[in-house]
Amino acid sequence: MVFSNLTKVAWKAIILNKLRTFLTMLGIIIGVGSVITMLAIGEGSKQSIKSQISQMGSNMITIRAGSERIGGVRVDDGSQRSMTIKDVEAIQKNAKNIEYVSPIVQSSGQTIHESSNWPSSIYGVYPEYLSIKKMELKSGSMFTERHINQSAKVAVIGQTVVDNLFKENENPIGQTIRFKNTPFQIIGVLESKGENTFGQDQDNVILAPFSTVQKRLLSINYVNSIVASAKDESVAEQAVDEVTEILQKVHKSNGENDPFRIMSMEELLTTASSTTDILTTLLVAIAGISLLIGGIGIMNIMYVSVKERTREIGLRMAVGARSKDILLQFLTEAIFISVTGGLIGVVVGISAAKIITIFTQWPTIITVSSLIISFFVCAVTGIFFGWYPAKKAANLDPIVALRYE
Amino acid sequence: MEEKKPIIRIQNLCKEFIVGDEVVRALKGVSFDIFEGEFVTIMGTSGSGKSTMLNILGCLDKPTKGSYELDSVETASLSKDDLAKIRNNKIGFVFQSYNLLPRTTCIENAELPLFYHQGISSAERQQRAIEALNLVGLQQRLLHTPNQLSGGQQQRVAIARALVNDPVVIFADEATGNLDTRMSYEIMGLFQDLNKQGKTIVFVTHEPDIAKMSKRTITLRDGLVISDEIHEHQVDAKEELAKLPLTD
Repeated sequence: MVFSNLTKVAWKAIILNKLRTFLTMLGIIIGVGSVITMLAIGEGSKQSIKSQISQMGSNMITIRAGSERIGGVRVDDGSQRSMTIKDVEAIQKNAKNIEYVSPIVQSSGQTIHESSNWPSSIYGVYPEYLSIKKMELKSGSMFTERHINQSAKVAVIGQTVVDNLFKENENPIGQTIRFKNTPFQIIGVLESKGENTFGQDQDNVILAPFSTVQKRLLSINYVNSIVASAKDESVAEQAVDEVTEILQKVHKSNGENDPFRIMSMEELLTTASSTTDILTTLLVAIAGISLLIGGIGIMNIMYVSVKERTREIGLRMAVGARSKDILLQFLTEAIFISVTGGLIGVVVGISAAKIITIFTQWPTIITVSSLIISFFVCAVTGIFFGWYPAKKAANLDPIVALRYE
Repeated sequence: MEEKKPIIRIQNLCKEFIVGDEVVRALKGVSFDIFEGEFVTIMGTSGSGKSTMLNILGCLDKPTKGSYELDSVETASLSKDDLAKIRNNKIGFVFQSYNLLPRTTCIENAELPLFYHQGISSAERQQRAIEALNLVGLQQRLLHTPNQLSGGQQQRVAIARALVNDPVVIFADEATGNLDTRMSYEIMGLFQDLNKQGKTIVFVTHEPDIAKMSKRTITLRDGLVISDEIHEHQVDAKEELAKLPLTD
C-alpha cells in the first residue's frame, strides 16, 4: 500500500473514533507537556541560581583559614588565627591576576541606636570590598583609605539595619549607632541586595574600616578571611592557583598542610548547578512516567481497535492486503496518535511553563533540545507501543478473522 | 462443445486439519475444472467440506495435498504475500454477511481492493468504484453508508467491491443466506446478468432453488464430489421474481 493511502486509512479510522482518539492522545499530551514543563522549571532554576551567584561576583575568591587541631579538637575553618594582614599584603603585591583584595574581620552582636536594638554582623574591610562583592551605595559614601589609616569610627550599613534601627523617613547618614559599645558614625547606606541563594539576608550588615574593627573593636591581630576578585572571570582559575602559590610561600606550606582554604565562585557554581541537575532529573523522571502511561494508553486502545476491527482486517486481507499492509496501517494509526499528541503536548508544555512564570514568578526556560527530545521520545513511544497490537492484527488468519463475531 | 479456457483446475485436492489429537480430513481428493464464463454452484450440507473448498479456491488457505491452478498459475507453492496479490488481482469475494466497512460510503467500500493495488490514483479508484456501483444498479446511492441501505443493497455494494478489480472469477459464499426470497432472487438475477456479460462465478450455497439458477452444480459430501451436473434449463431469476406474490 502506498504511503498516501496508509495515512488516508489511518485518518479515516481516527475520524470515526474522535473522542476515543482524543482521550488516548490526552495521555501523551500530558506526558510530553509535563516533561517539557519540568525541564523548563529545572533549567530556569539553574539559570536563576547561576545569575544570583554571579551577582555575588563570579570572579570572587574567598580565602579562609584552614581547619587545624587545637589540642586535639578540630575547630571551624574561620575560627583559626593563621592568617594575618601579611597574607593580604603578599597578594596585593604579587598576584597579577587579582584586581582587588580585602581582609575581613567579623563579629556579630547587638547594634543600638537610641531606644532600638538589632542583632547584626559587623565586617571590618577595605573599601575595595564593595567592588569585590558587587555592592552599590544607595546614599552617602564609602569610607576611604584615610579612614583606615586613622582607624576612624565610621560605618556603612545595609538596608535591614536601617529598617530596624531608624524610623521611617529618618535619614541615617550622620547619625551614630553603637556596636558592642563602640560608636560608629554612619556615612553611607548600601543598596539592597535581598536574600542570597542560600536564604541569607545580605542587607543585615555593617561595614567598617578594617583597622577600626580589628584593633579597636576586637583587639586581635589575625584576619578571619580574605576576599579577592580576579581581573576577569576567564582568569579566575589562574588567580586561584596564583594566590595558592603566594600563600604557600608566606606560610611555607606545600599543599598538604596549607593553613588556608581557597574557594572560588566557580566551584560554588558547579556545586549549585549539580544540585539543580539532580532536581531536574527527578522532575523529568516523574514526568517521564506519565509519558510511559500515555504510551500504555495507546497500546491499550490499539488492542481494542484491533479486536473491534477483526472482521475489517479479515476483509482487507481477503481483498488483497498483505500482513505488512495491515501492520503498517495500525502502526500508522498509533504513530499518528502519538505524534499529534506530542505536538499538542509541546504547545501545552510551553504554555504551562509560561503560565507558571506569570503566576508564581518562578523562572522557566524552554530549551530547543528539550522540545526535540520529548517529541522524539513520543514518536518512539508510538512505534514501541503500537507495534505489538499491529503485529497481532497482521498475524490474523483471514479465514478466522472474516467469521469473527 | 467449444474449447474454453479453464479458470480453475483442481486435481486430487486434499485438506486435513488437526483438531486435538484427531486428524480431520475435510477434503479427500477432489478434482474438477471450471471454465471461463461458467456459473457454478457448489452445494453440500454443513460438514461436507464446501467452506474448506471455497477457502482454498479463494486463496485464503492452502491445500495439504494436490494441485490448484487459478488462471494457469499453480497456487500450491505460493507464499502468503503472493496469495494476497492473487486475491487482489484475480479474485472477487462476496460474503454472506456482506462485510462492509461501517460508517463508510458505498464508493469507499467498493474501492477497497484498489487500495492494495500499486499505481492507481485516487481519482481512478473512485472512477472504477462508481462504474462498478453502476453495474449493480446503485448509481443513486454512491455516498450512502451501509446503515442507510437495505440488506439487498448492501450485498450489491459487496458485489460492486468484488467487481472493482475486474477479477477472473467471483467467489460468493452463501451470498443470499441473509436475505429473504425476494431479495435473494434479485441478487441471483444480478449474478445471472454479470454471468451473461462473461463473468465466471462460483457460488457456494445449500439452497437447491438457488442452485437451479446456475448453469452447473457440483455437490460435495464428506469431502468428496458426489455429483457434478449441468443444468439444461437454467432457471431465470427474474422470471421467478415476477412469479412471487407481492407482499405489500
